[in-house]
Amino acid sequence: MSGPAGDRPAPRAARLVSAGAGSGATAGHADGVGDPVRVMVGLGRALDSAGLRVGPDRVAEAVRAAVALDPTRRTDLYWAGRLTLCANPDDLPKYDAVFAALTAGDVPRLRPRPQHLVRAVPVALAVPDAGGSDDEETEAAADTVLRAAASTVETLRHKDVTTLGAVERARLDQALAALSLPGESRPSRRRRPSPHPGAVDPRRTVRALLRSGGEPVRPRWTRRSVRPRPVVLLVDVSGSMSGYADVLLRFAHAATRRRGVRTEVFTLGTRLTRVTREMAGPDPERAMGAVAAAVPDWSGGTRLGVLLREFLDRWGQRGVARGAVVVIMSDGWERDDPALLGAQMRRLALLARRVVWCNPRAGRAGFAPLAGGLAAALPYVDDFVSGHSLAALEQLARIVAGVEVRGA
Amino acid sequence: MDGRGLLPVGVESPADLVGRLAEVGYLADEGLATAAYLGLRLHRPLFCEGEAGVGKTELAKALASVLDAPLIRLQCYEGIEASQALYDWDFPRQLLHLRTAEAAADFDPTAVEQELWSRRFLVARPLLQALETSPSVLLVDEVDRADDEFEAFLLEVLSDFSVTVPELGTLRAEVPPAVVVTSNRTRDVHDALKRRCYYHWLEHPEFDREVAIVRLRVPEASARLCAEVTAAAHALRDADLLKPPGIAETVDWAQALAALGAPGLDPGLAAATLGAVVKYREDVERVRSLDVGALLTRAVMGA
Repeated sequence: MSGPAGDRPAPRAARLVSAGAGSGATAGHADGVGDPVRVMVGLGRALDSAGLRVGPDRVAEAVRAAVALDPTRRTDLYWAGRLTLCANPDDLPKYDAVFAALTAGDVPRLRPRPQHLVRAVPVALAVPDAGGSDDEETEAAADTVLRAAASTVETLRHKDVTTLGAVERARLDQALAALSLPGESRPSRRRRPSPHPGAVDPRRTVRALLRSGGEPVRPRWTRRSVRPRPVVLLVDVSGSMSGYADVLLRFAHAATRRRGVRTEVFTLGTRLTRVTREMAGPDPERAMGAVAAAVPDWSGGTRLGVLLREFLDRWGQRGVARGAVVVIMSDGWERDDPALLGAQMRRLALLARRVVWCNPRAGRAGFAPLAGGLAAALPYVDDFVSGHSLAALEQLARIVAGVEVRGA
Repeated sequence: MDGRGLLPVGVESPADLVGRLAEVGYLADEGLATAAYLGLRLHRPLFCEGEAGVGKTELAKALASVLDAPLIRLQCYEGIEASQALYDWDFPRQLLHLRTAEAAADFDPTAVEQELWSRRFLVARPLLQALETSPSVLLVDEVDRADDEFEAFLLEVLSDFSVTVPELGTLRAEVPPAVVVTSNRTRDVHDALKRRCYYHWLEHPEFDREVAIVRLRVPEASARLCAEVTAAAHALRDADLLKPPGIAETVDWAQALAALGAPGLDPGLAAATLGAVVKYREDVERVRSLDVGALLTRAVMGA
């Protein structure tokens, strides 16, 4: 980050546009009033700490825009910054707040970027556990380390994730990171070259003709390529799901890691939060930290019906849910009227290719789908799975990929 | 570049541009006008996002009228490829040319090969057309419908205003076109693309502006009809519908009512023409259950 204001360590938010300097003939650059470089660098830094991704290139672009307008006018500065530093409708309220604070002379309270980790237990797969809490491991310690690791993962696979110790959880997280979640495949509009007779590829055929000087050659073929369908994960992070939310979000992170697959992740609690952006990046711990900072309503109540409606209005109907495999990860405890949830599930079922409901509590003995919301939703669910253990999540991945089909 | 970019003569500020756009029938607010002003002046594409029917595509058409330049439109769809958006070689003509050249007495293979891969056998698709036409307005419509691989093609075109053809070299625009990229936000467009553009989020206009838009678009409708239709459309937007009506729907509704010769909006006519604003069966049922008459009275009283 270089720039005239780069030598100051903190974003010095001077009164950037003071009342007197509004249309004053002298744009007093000496004290920073009306100096677009200072304004934009200050804005950029404040926005960066508010969680927007603002690089020096965008700040430079903002300065260029401000200079092209009238940098002594507050509204021109506002629009120059907003057009260049925001890239998302979600950015706009943050930008408005930061801009208002900066131009009123207040220094916005800088929040450090979310780098703290929700839970980080550094355990290597190959180190046998010395503590006596996990009994399978002491038994396996005599064996070679690799075999030990493999067998623990095997016993881990079928255990309910809420019953795991810290060390087992760390291993589970590693196993989760290896999963991927492509949606079932569908034919794409794109065509690929194919060695087998099918539709003629005029481009390649004529190219071959040209190469042979116009003499007839064997025609070239194409076939339709296939692409995975997009996957949408709606993860319930309310109080009743607290034991499972972290595991399910890690599963969601692994699911978003695969390139070429469109995966969207939302959390449901008292509010709907889109966390797809926070999930970006290869490191699960960092991603979980970012998600934790972005989700305002951990362990609150659930308003499934209202939130599902919000999801469908703001995202689903526009295209996010169209033709997608939608996975709802929730126990279905609904605080409000289940009828609303039923109506929204019907809408979802009409838009999505498949609706999968993953209820970790379904893995418990004697489970019956009695939760009011769940009973209302089930008629519109294509697959109903448990997802309480690693094996159950692997099964979920197979169902989403269309490899395994299981009715609700 | 010369500092004024593509700005038409006489436009010195965003406010001037608001005036010019209004002359061609597009009522822009300050933010949108500022975005367009900067885009024209500094040769940056404009990335417009917003609900369907808030006037993203119309903006490109209006800019084309203001600049008196052709509008070149690229409608994106899933599976769109470079050969449909950038350029393609005209193989049949190349083949014909080769045959003719061979038949000639003085056949020179090297010269013929050079001719074969020259500009005259290159078919320009919208993006290349826009680079070769100056001035022009390029509309890349609904970019969110294209696959993300396609954004890479757009990146080169929108950042350097050039296209690289392997057989021919790099074709560059002398004067970059004005570019409007629209998205309905069915998915997140990659940041790299947005970073090269000015980003503008379009909202539904406030009441007075929308009435003005309807009056401008439907001159045959009376002032009373325009105000009442707009008020009713605003009321419908608050009525929790699956697809709240956009400006385009308000205009359609006013047009339908004006065609019926209605001096104002009454419940009977509103119910008969509801199909112009409400496009889902569930929504139609919901509006019927809301009692159109009461809705209208409230809307008109509130206006």
